[in-house]
Amino acid sequence: MARSYFSQYLTIGLFLVVSVGLVMGTLQLARLLRPNVPSYEKYTTYESGIDPIGQGWAQTNVRYYIFALLFVVFDVEAVFLFPWAIVFERLGTQALIEMVIFIAILALALLYAVKKKVLDWL
Amino acid sequence: MSAILDFIGVGFIVALVKALVVFAALLLTTILVVWFERKVIADMQSRVGPSRWGPFGLLQTLADGIKLFFKEDFRPQGADKWAYALAPVLAMVPAILGFAVVPVGGVLGFGDTKVGLVGSDLNVGILYFLAMGSLNVYGIVLAGWASGSKYPLLGGIRSTAQLISYETSLGLSLVPIALVAGSLSTVQIVQAQAGTVGNVTFFDGIPILEQVSSLFKFIPNWFIWSQWPAFAIFFISGIAETNRAPFDLPEAESELVAGYHTEYSGIRFALFFLGEYVHVVLISAMAVTLFFGGWDGPIFPFLSWLWPLIWFTLKTIAFVYLFVWLRATMPRLRYDRLMWLGWKRLIPAALLWIMVTAVVNTAGIDRGVRLAVFGALFLLVLGFVIRGDPRQKTAVSPQRRVSSGTA
Repeated sequence: MARSYFSQYLTIGLFLVVSVGLVMGTLQLARLLRPNVPSYEKYTTYESGIDPIGQGWAQTNVRYYIFALLFVVFDVEAVFLFPWAIVFERLGTQALIEMVIFIAILALALLYAVKKKVLDWL
Repeated sequence: MSAILDFIGVGFIVALVKALVVFAALLLTTILVVWFERKVIADMQSRVGPSRWGPFGLLQTLADGIKLFFKEDFRPQGADKWAYALAPVLAMVPAILGFAVVPVGGVLGFGDTKVGLVGSDLNVGILYFLAMGSLNVYGIVLAGWASGSKYPLLGGIRSTAQLISYETSLGLSLVPIALVAGSLSTVQIVQAQAGTVGNVTFFDGIPILEQVSSLFKFIPNWFIWSQWPAFAIFFISGIAETNRAPFDLPEAESELVAGYHTEYSGIRFALFFLGEYVHVVLISAMAVTLFFGGWDGPIFPFLSWLWPLIWFTLKTIAFVYLFVWLRATMPRLRYDRLMWLGWKRLIPAALLWIMVTAVVNTAGIDRGVRLAVFGALFLLVLGFVIRGDPRQKTAVSPQRRVSSGTA
């Protein structure tokens, strides 16, 4: 059991090594094959053919931050749901009720966000 | 330590062969899928599509790839050197790694060695798949940010918000699968779908459906029958995760040029491009694995080891076709509609469906209660889906509705 458990993860590690290696190999091969003729214009950023104005890093809308925050809430929730999902048949009705309460509390958070209109884009 | 020592030897060779076979198969598949998409879209638009290189234009993608190898690759002045170089790798590698847990067949025997036709049968396979999907976000956000350019930055930020929104519903849509399968291992999930609907207990206690399900004993016991709402959420989120139409806002040509990869050229662009297609195949393969019985299908006496592979491939192709079909059919979503769909429909629907599945599948709950909860929540989900966005109705003025009706 322990042997197969570790070898599954070592296989994943091998997948990682092979895929990173081959992607890097592709990049290196392209480096050998491609021409390199630099000129000033090529290294400016693309702004639909007009000379770039100002810096490339512009400020972005703060709304994106709220989505990131909400994402953390629900992704952590999903992490709690999976272990319960595996053993819920053994835990029975009591665990089901507890989980429904847990989901309901988080659903309340989502409802609050809807009522506060943070999920409305415009 | 002994586990690692055991691994070196036969296990190591098997794992290495698996990794190389998966990588080679994926490259071949991706090349074919790009060709497939161009041909299908061309067909839907009454064009011929690629036809010059190889029979039916099959080598077109290869020719494009070789061309990209010889293209100059430049980095904009203001770009962050390391992040700019890292982003294409991060877009490609997690998509490939996701395939490590996709089972394409049962167990093959080579003498004493038994080899499962799956890269790695992790006991947390679904979580691993979700984790690789999450890593994909880094490729896109880093590409957008590191370019030091305005369009990529907008595209990168936008797509980060999109990806994390739909990742949530993607993760939640797989909880019901874990509930009914009782496992997170992809192999065990496929095994749980073996047999026919006659064996399923989902409809037990519901008088009419119980009778109906006994009539259709030849229907395979795939999770799609009982879990179609989860599948709908999974597939919609999956399309959004792959940045495909109608969720291709990160690279909306009409507003963002090419989104996060505007400043990429040559082989680095090719990596983003291929990464997207690998992801499409991955989502299709996972949809097949989790909802459509994976390699399950009739096995005929001759070449019995090959049939699971054939069924798996055919089902996956069907889903890739669906991806292409959607791209040819659907217009791109507006950004606020995208967020509305993700947060106000898919996530609440996924949460409700988890509760419905849990209540229906818990033993020791009264049949009447089960039926009532099932019915009520089902109607609620259905109502939400049908109701649509109330703001959309006010957006179209009566006058416009009349004019479009007469036109």
